[in-house]
Amino acid sequence: MSARVLVGVKRVIDYAVKIRVKPDHTGVVTDGVKHSMNPFCEIAVEEAVKLKEKKLIKEVVAVSCGPQQVQETIRTALAMGADRGIHVEVSGKDYETLGPLQVSKILAALAKKEEASLIILGKQAIDDDCNQTGQMTAALLDWPQGTFASELAFEADKLKVVREIDGGLETIKIKLPAVVTADLRLNTPRYATLPNIMKAKKKKIAMVKPADLGVDVSSRLEVLKVDEPPTRQAGVKVETVEDLVGKLKEAGRV
Amino acid sequence: MTLFRHLVRITSPRLPFICGSSRRFSAKTAAVERVVSSFRSVTGDEGVSVGSAVREQHGRDESVHRCRPPDVVVFPRSVEEVSALAKICHHYRLPIIPFGTGTGLEGGVSALQGGVCFSLRKMEQVVDLHQEDFDVTVEPGVTRKSLNSYLRDTGLWFPVDPGADASLCGMAATSASGTNAVRYGTMRENVLNLEVVLADGTILHTAGKGRRPRKTAAGYNLTNLFVGSEGTLGIITKATLRLYGVPESMVSAVCSFPSVQSAVDSTVQILQAGVPIARIEFLDDVMINACNRFNNLSYAVTPTLFLEFHGSSKSMEEQVSVTEEITRDNGGSDFAWAEDEETRSRLWKARHDAWYAAMALRPGCKAYSTDVCVPISRLPQIIVETKADLISNNITGPIAGHVGDGNFHCLIVLDPNDPDEVQRVHSFTERLARRALAMDGTCTGEHGIGLGKRALLREELGPLAIEVMKGLKASLDPRNLMNPGKLLELTQTNTEQ
Repeated sequence: MSARVLVGVKRVIDYAVKIRVKPDHTGVVTDGVKHSMNPFCEIAVEEAVKLKEKKLIKEVVAVSCGPQQVQETIRTALAMGADRGIHVEVSGKDYETLGPLQVSKILAALAKKEEASLIILGKQAIDDDCNQTGQMTAALLDWPQGTFASELAFEADKLKVVREIDGGLETIKIKLPAVVTADLRLNTPRYATLPNIMKAKKKKIAMVKPADLGVDVSSRLEVLKVDEPPTRQAGVKVETVEDLVGKLKEAGRV
Repeated sequence: MTLFRHLVRITSPRLPFICGSSRRFSAKTAAVERVVSSFRSVTGDEGVSVGSAVREQHGRDESVHRCRPPDVVVFPRSVEEVSALAKICHHYRLPIIPFGTGTGLEGGVSALQGGVCFSLRKMEQVVDLHQEDFDVTVEPGVTRKSLNSYLRDTGLWFPVDPGADASLCGMAATSASGTNAVRYGTMRENVLNLEVVLADGTILHTAGKGRRPRKTAAGYNLTNLFVGSEGTLGIITKATLRLYGVPESMVSAVCSFPSVQSAVDSTVQILQAGVPIARIEFLDDVMINACNRFNNLSYAVTPTLFLEFHGSSKSMEEQVSVTEEITRDNGGSDFAWAEDEETRSRLWKARHDAWYAAMALRPGCKAYSTDVCVPISRLPQIIVETKADLISNNITGPIAGHVGDGNFHCLIVLDPNDPDEVQRVHSFTERLARRALAMDGTCTGEHGIGLGKRALLREELGPLAIEVMKGLKASLDPRNLMNPGKLLELTQTNTEQ
């Protein structure tokens, strides 16, 4: 199989960090805060590398959009087993307003350029929780999509995807080329080992600009305000049922 | 408002403040109320709690010792706050009990004389990571699993893995160990430097501020004095730890043996063969039976070894084949091994669930773990004698052990409401500890002395060593405020100074 897989990896604030809203309410504090690869993107990379180890696909290409720092994220993907990386340079205001629509246009353009037959993405990013990029990419390419995948298998010329849905599990078969988004139970990502991190330093990361791909990254969305969730109010203990009913009436609940 | 619920059993009758319980209650209560407002001025209102639920949570750990709540719980956010709070406690002569994750097994956080519990969970920064130097400095709120998660992109890890997801500074305080001590050592070998706040608020850097050479010959080893001191010498507010590279490859294996002797002989020979084995765990037949029942497995009900190898993928095959040959030569059978993560987890599931499998033998009962450690060559004898003791006293005690270190645990399951059983178990644990001491071993390989083994410590070390320890304690904590009654016997608090 000479298949090439494109894996999208996003650099996000590390899941263990306590998020703080900026004093001007335009966003969250990112300066000096630990960043790492989006956990669902880790699962996507792991799945792609597993497919390569099973010799079902030929090459894994890790893609990330953003400023210089996203190269760290691409290097992590390379340490996990990806073969090469593509850094799509987006910085400054464009990076602050970069969202699923622009990223999906970039991925669609890259998929065509790289002649990829499979795109694996995380189902959503833990910073914006959009859960849109995979679906938009498939639509732009007019490719089938297997989202929320908890199991992936090649069957002849098709892809069998088991999807996690509200009612349980749904199994679909889709033709290649296709877009798959990874859900939590698809696999357990491997830890990058020191020898592999060393090897990853020698792997290539190509740089490309959105304009080179014919993509306009200006955003049609404007963030008006970012707020923390309201702090939880302390509860009130009441002594009798009458008190309870009284309080409920006061709050307009009965 | 009475903050005390329990009268503390005092060993010495000469303490000045104990004449009449009511006078003592009111003296202590007034002192505590005075200090609470001083505490609040250091930490802010949210940093001090006198709520009974919070105090009870901070008066117990995961041992069988009953809850002994402190009078106040404080939540400092920095070493400066810890120091300021300690100064206040020092002035008012209030006991200080450091609290990490409360996952200890020896009653180390019980506030025997009330006092102030310093919960350090708000200090949770990974302060300084030096990847090329393989070291990292952490605050007490960082647990071992959260550190390894933080390190996951670096190819480094901290391998000491006691059962609980414990605070790393807490692990330093109890000299914790884990299942891979045979390859990576315990906390004693892996702490390079500590920042400690003493009872009078002094901030001490045991190896010098910020220093982290991989080895040193500079002066008394103060770092290791505090490792294992169980909060009796100072409050650990930072620990600099030694990191290791994540192994490229891991292989797990299981093997059954006809006898304890053959399992231990295999262990010794594997170590002698120079196989850099990472984990070698022993489960006796009672434990295997419990695991089979708990997990619907079908291991042969006989002494079993669970092994794990770490290394490069090339070295795995050699390590496994050398080990397999040794086990076969010792009568081992059903040697099974796996490299991929899912099968490895399945193979080791029995060992991972041992604690729960033991408890499932008698639902509704409590579990207590013994912790003796002997030279490896004495392991077969001590296990055989211990099993005979368990059987003749009708005690449920499946055995799981870190056989590569000569350390094993009887996971005793007992009904706490049956005084006869409680007494039998208590006598059994004393006999077991003495059996280990008679074999040149120790009464505690990993869990520490805490409340329950103070007398055994005296037997183990001898009165002279205890006197030296008391001298060190008196030098660092003359008012005996640091976690009184742990490790060393409770002594008279010197209120005259």
